[in-house]
Amino acid sequence: MTATDARRRRRLAIGLALATLVLLVAGLAAGSDGWSLPDLARTWAGPDGALIVGQIRAPRTLGAWLTGALLGLAGAIAQGLFRNPLADPYLLGSASGASLGVVLLLAASASGGHAIGLATADTLARIGLVGAAFGGALLGVLLTLTLARGAQQTTRLLLAGVVVGVMLAAASDLVTSAVPEALRGKQAFLLGSTGYLGWGSCAALAVGLALTLPPSWRLARALDALTLGADTATSLGVALPKVRVALVGAIALATGLAVSQAGLIAFVGLVAPHLVRRFAPARNGFALLASAAAGGTLLLLADVLARSLIAPREVPVGVLTALLGGGYLVWLLHRRRVA
Amino acid sequence: MPASLIRGVRVSAWRWRLAAGAVALALVSAAQAQLAVRDDRGATLRMSAPPQRIVSLLPSLTESVCALGACARLVGVDRFSNWPGSVRGLPKLGGIDDAQIERIVALRPDVVLVSSSARIVDRLEALGLKVLVLDSRDHADVQRSLIAIARLLGTPSEAERVWAVIERETQAAVERVPPALRGRRVYFEVDTTPFAAGAGSFIGETLTRLGLANAVPVELGPFPQLNPEFVLRAQPDIVMAVRPALAEMPRRPGWPALRALREGRTCGFASDRYELLVRPGPRMGEAAGVIADCLVAITARDAATKAPR
Repeated sequence: MTATDARRRRRLAIGLALATLVLLVAGLAAGSDGWSLPDLARTWAGPDGALIVGQIRAPRTLGAWLTGALLGLAGAIAQGLFRNPLADPYLLGSASGASLGVVLLLAASASGGHAIGLATADTLARIGLVGAAFGGALLGVLLTLTLARGAQQTTRLLLAGVVVGVMLAAASDLVTSAVPEALRGKQAFLLGSTGYLGWGSCAALAVGLALTLPPSWRLARALDALTLGADTATSLGVALPKVRVALVGAIALATGLAVSQAGLIAFVGLVAPHLVRRFAPARNGFALLASAAAGGTLLLLADVLARSLIAPREVPVGVLTALLGGGYLVWLLHRRRVA
Repeated sequence: MPASLIRGVRVSAWRWRLAAGAVALALVSAAQAQLAVRDDRGATLRMSAPPQRIVSLLPSLTESVCALGACARLVGVDRFSNWPGSVRGLPKLGGIDDAQIERIVALRPDVVLVSSSARIVDRLEALGLKVLVLDSRDHADVQRSLIAIARLLGTPSEAERVWAVIERETQAAVERVPPALRGRRVYFEVDTTPFAAGAGSFIGETLTRLGLANAVPVELGPFPQLNPEFVLRAQPDIVMAVRPALAEMPRRPGWPALRALREGRTCGFASDRYELLVRPGPRMGEAAGVIADCLVAITARDAATKAPR
């Protein structure tokens, strides 16, 4: 860790903070008329100002940032814990679990009246997609952990995650082929959506971030020790099994919450930690915080673009994160080859 | 019998056979020419006789065949076809993207009716089946499909009869629209994401016919995915959606401020009624009636709340 690295870290931190601020304002100014600052003033002063800006744009903007932050954090933890730069927060079966939960709910409500009683349908509606996605994500992670017999062995855990992911995805495909009506809702969920993030979602996401970020940050030193290998980490006095369980729990909670509020948003969890490592090599503590900020910035940028590119129409935000994130990775590969 | 005479008889018999063959050929080609139907991709389908075994892979085409009085000739349908009730017992052959080609071929249909978005057209034709490709996106498509199918069935005048029924039903619906609601702006949601039916869509055309305006202008396309904020700023006079979606709207951020929701100027359609509304087929006159029913009910509710106690 040289002085240059410290300077780069400072520069990255300032850059992310500035970008977040600018994008927060941009998020308030981006609406169904496209993107315009003078318009923001006019809308705010207008009769529906408090409603449009206060109830829709503000929570959507903040919610997009928080969702991205949770995904970025989960991605950074996953990449540190599995010592694999391709690790992704969706790796533990949470994504496929969540989409199975959503598909089951959609299928149940589509065949409602025939197969299930009215009371059941009402209960299902009340639990809603959020509950189904969160429950599904937790179920996916629990299955993976059971199959891997805990979080002790990294390779086993990764393999179990892949297997659970494939199986649950197949199960949800099976449900959609039996009840095709569930397909449309599933599509929206798979592409991700920030359109309906309200203050309630923001509160849930903020609580999630508050529950996962501080403990992960405290365990970051264990991740640092882990970069030297599991044996060395243990000899340095790291209680590896406990650390693994805690961090896998954090990944599950962060991903489950993000997915339940905004659907499966692609690439943010994978790209945000890369972005941070690329600009400022650092220990895991800084990397976790910066990855969360980078994830938030990335998703908020995608959200602002989704709203303003073809306003008042929208581009699915998941498509934009995949384009931005994938484009960044392609650029990275290209530069490496040139170098 | 002299040899020359015998030869003469033989020659005349040969000539006669040739003439008879030519006449038969002409008759067959005349029949073929009678049954030449142009489809929506520009291909001309030629058949020697009206098809007796028909497979339809689109609900609106299934409905058109039945409305034209040829329901009994259907031998298989796609999985979404559910009207009239008699088609429910037919073999279900999958959907547009996952049609079961093997079962279709095994049914030996004389013709397969599909929409232009179907990927399987080439595959079916390569297997020697006759395929009629018909669009069903707007009112004009419905009329053109009816004419094409009626000609194919050998009953061209039926198309006029069915279209006249549609027109009569639509006109009756138009007359039932309460005068106070004419020209009101409607937001018709087709998916909770939210996707809306714009003025250029099939549903938009029906709304226009009923004298209603659309909150989503035609330049946004038939079914645009909207920024939810757009709906709030548009403050539509009437909100229409499938019932569960309508029930969920007040839980969306900011949506309780929609005046139409607050004042109950809404149409929440039961799923079978909703299906009728979004399906461009021969029941579109009935669909206009469903919307008119809802408008009448809105007016009645308005009157009840305004009435002095």
